[in-house]
Amino acid sequence: MSNLIVPAKEIATNRRGFLTGAGQATLSASAVALLVGCESMAAGSGGMAADVSILNVALGLEHEAINAYQIGAESGLLQQPVLNVAVLFQSQHKEHADALMATIRKLGGTPVQAKNKAEYAQALNVSTLKNQTDVLKLAARLERGAANAYLGVIPSFNDKALAQVSGRLAADETMHWTALAGVLNEMLPQKALSFGA
Amino acid sequence: MKFHWSWPLAIAVTMTTAAQAAGNAEHGQELWESRCTGCHSLDTNRVGPKHRGVYGRKAGSIADFAYSPGVKNSPVVWDEKTLDRWLTSPQDFIPGARMGFRVGTAEDRGDIIAYLKKESGK
Repeated sequence: MSNLIVPAKEIATNRRGFLTGAGQATLSASAVALLVGCESMAAGSGGMAADVSILNVALGLEHEAINAYQIGAESGLLQQPVLNVAVLFQSQHKEHADALMATIRKLGGTPVQAKNKAEYAQALNVSTLKNQTDVLKLAARLERGAANAYLGVIPSFNDKALAQVSGRLAADETMHWTALAGVLNEMLPQKALSFGA
Repeated sequence: MKFHWSWPLAIAVTMTTAAQAAGNAEHGQELWESRCTGCHSLDTNRVGPKHRGVYGRKAGSIADFAYSPGVKNSPVVWDEKTLDRWLTSPQDFIPGARMGFRVGTAEDRGDIIAYLKKESGK
C-alpha cells in the first residue's frame, strides 16, 4: 500500500469524518460547470427529456458509488491510508451527484432518489467481502464500469455540453480506477483505447 | 459436379457471416464485464435490470425493477436482432428508454449478445 497517493488534506481523515463529513449539499464548482451550456436548451423538447433520462441513470450510478464506499468504510475492512482515499473518492462521487441533481432540476426533471443502504448492500453482494482487497476490487470494478458508462452515453446526448461533462465524469472515474488498480497491483491496460465503447 | 473457383470464397464468406452472427461469447464476457457492469449485474437489479435470462425475455418484464414507461410497455422480446438495435442506440429503438449507453461496433454488439444468450441458457 505504500505506493498509494495520499489525498489532499482537506478530506476527512477518520472513519467518523467519512460517515458524516461529506454529505453537505453545496453547489460545487463542478456543479456550476455542469450547468454551463444548458441555458440554451429548449424546455420540454424530446431531446432534452432524453438527456434528462440519461442524467438520471448517471445519478443512479453515483448514488450506488456513494453507498458502496460508505459500506466499505463501515465494514471496518479498510485501513489507512486506503480509507482516506476512499473518503476522497466518495466525496467526488457526492460532487458528481450534486452536479447531476442540479442539472436535472434545471432542465425541469426530477432527480432519482437514492435507495436505502441495505438495498445497495444486497445488490452488490457485499456479504462476500472479507478483507480490504475484496472491497477495493469491488470499488475498482464499479469505477471501471462507471468510466465506461459515461463514455458509452456520450453519443446519445443531444446537448454537446452535456456530452463534454460526461467525458469529464469519465475522466474522474478513470482516475479512481487507476489509483485502485495501483493499490491492487493490477496490470494497467497494455493497449491504448481500452476504455469506452 | 465440377469444382468452381469461387466455391472456397463463398464457403469462407458464409463461415465468416455465421461466426459474426453467432458472436464470440468469451470476448463478449470481457466486454460485458468492462462496459456493462457499471449499471448491470447478472443476478441482481442495480441501476439497470439483472441480465441473466434477458435473452428471450420480454422487455420491461422483471417484476421488481422500475422500468421507464417506454420500456415497460414495449412489445419487444430480446433476441439477436432486437438486442443489436437496442445496443446500437437504445433511445432510438425504444423511445422513452432511460438507457443511453451505446456499443459502437457490430462485432462488439454481437459478442456481448452471444454472452448474454449463453448466460440466459439459450
